[in-house]
Amino acid sequence: MTEVLWLGRGGQGAFTAAKLLGAAYTIDDDIKYALAFPSFGPERRGAPVRAFTKLDTKPVVDRSQTEKADYIVILDDTLYSPQLQGLLKPTGTIIVNSKNDIDGALTFDADSIAAEFRLPTANTVMFGLLVGLSGVVTSDEAVEAIRGYMPAKIQERNISALLKAVQEVAE
Amino acid sequence: MSKKFLSGNEAFAEGIRLARPQVISAYPITPQTIVVERLSEMVEDGSLSAEYVHVESEHSALSCAIGASAAGARAFTATSSQGLLYMAECLYYAAGGRFPIVMMNADRSTALPWNIYGDQRDSLSQLDSGWIQSYAENAQEALDLALMSYKIAEDKRVQTPYMANLDGFVLTHTYETVDIPARGQADKFLPPYETDNRIDFDSPKNMAFSAGPDTNCIFKYKEHKGLLAAAEVITETEKEFAEIFGRKYTGLTENYRTEDAEYIIVTLGSIAGLCRETADKLRENGVKAGVVRIRYMRPFPNKEIADVLRNVKAYAVLEKDISFGNEGTVFTNVNSALKKAGVDVKGYNFIGGLGGRNISGADIGNIYTSIANGTESVNFIGIGGGDNGK
Repeated sequence: MTEVLWLGRGGQGAFTAAKLLGAAYTIDDDIKYALAFPSFGPERRGAPVRAFTKLDTKPVVDRSQTEKADYIVILDDTLYSPQLQGLLKPTGTIIVNSKNDIDGALTFDADSIAAEFRLPTANTVMFGLLVGLSGVVTSDEAVEAIRGYMPAKIQERNISALLKAVQEVAE
Repeated sequence: MSKKFLSGNEAFAEGIRLARPQVISAYPITPQTIVVERLSEMVEDGSLSAEYVHVESEHSALSCAIGASAAGARAFTATSSQGLLYMAECLYYAAGGRFPIVMMNADRSTALPWNIYGDQRDSLSQLDSGWIQSYAENAQEALDLALMSYKIAEDKRVQTPYMANLDGFVLTHTYETVDIPARGQADKFLPPYETDNRIDFDSPKNMAFSAGPDTNCIFKYKEHKGLLAAAEVITETEKEFAEIFGRKYTGLTENYRTEDAEYIIVTLGSIAGLCRETADKLRENGVKAGVVRIRYMRPFPNKEIADVLRNVKAYAVLEKDISFGNEGTVFTNVNSALKKAGVDVKGYNFIGGLGGRNISGADIGNIYTSIANGTESVNFIGIGGGDNGK
């Protein structure tokens, strides 16, 4: 099972990204299963939120919170702390949206890519970086998930941002 | 049939759309809100032809559904937690009036302390209200139960309202892939509601009447028989469902690796999957572990429980509930089933997940270890024992 932990602040779309990953993984595939869920609670703009995506080739029946993640994706670098390493599998990776370098994590300036496509938040950019780094889903599947589950008027900008991020990793 | 990545609430709303209720009365409450939001969107976009009544309270939501059902309409409402408790008076009216309303309840903690997260204390406190009570494990089962619920509730042998329970957040807000049946097939499975138990100007009758000491008990006896009859109707309905849609369900309970099991956890709702996974791991180490998932708390699976626990060394009942001053209500019900069947095996109660607290795989592993070694009769996971006399 591949487990992804998403960290963001209320309004940054961490859960949307978690959901898109689950949808992308299971699109047109009868032998792939996913669960996506937020850290449950009232939704408050700016408050730290966690979201989880679990991916497997058999039905995912463990609905408990992820204790060891393959990837931790952080949408806001103020949420990074060294303690997060404890939530990571030995082979795991932490990806942070940041203009600065962080020890023990890969950082990308996702906000700049988001701004380039007039997006108020970098969730689909971070999704694209994860896709590029991990290959857990193809960029075609990720695009299809955006088309299936995001409002029509913001689809194209998010798709462009996602593909730019995938390309960024390839370079 | 189409596949979609949906939350439990959204999946349930899809099932209700296929069931074509004519009246939906709704008052929003977390974590139920999304199901009534989706249904209002479906009514708005014309994909569901229903009268959508936005009422001022949960008491009114169920009163409105009762009125609609008394007019012969298929009615739906949904609630959670304090909302369920606020409408408690009407639960008994609906059941006693034999109105086959379907209500989704998003299982959530009850105040105080105030808490919006999932546990099962709300619905389990209403076991005596005369409603059928189902507990789904995942979003697919939730959708399928939404469609099956009306067929069961409206059956002439049953005529009893149906409460479909979904664990708050863990099920209502978790996204997974679900198959949505085709509308034509759903219509074939569930025909429109027809009943004599309705207001009819051509053939007036007395409804929702008083019954004094001489006849009251007879009505209550018939109400009891109606709920009991739901057991065989559930079996028939699931058989027909499997023939049309290809998905099989197993009646009042679902057993997992119980044939030769020495230690069994009896539980309900969305935690069952992690119990099965834990049982698999223990079996790799030679522990004969099994799981029984209760799918229906009413009618209660007395025979099924007694049959499956007859030969175990010990069992645990894991529930998100406590009847203060005694034990978990599911534990009480399970023990009664065993006593009636003359089964005498060691049983222990584990209370967990109250107010949404995470139950981990390690917690479940500890339950199997504890019942093998013996423990307090009532245990709060991660806290300690709280016996009320062994």
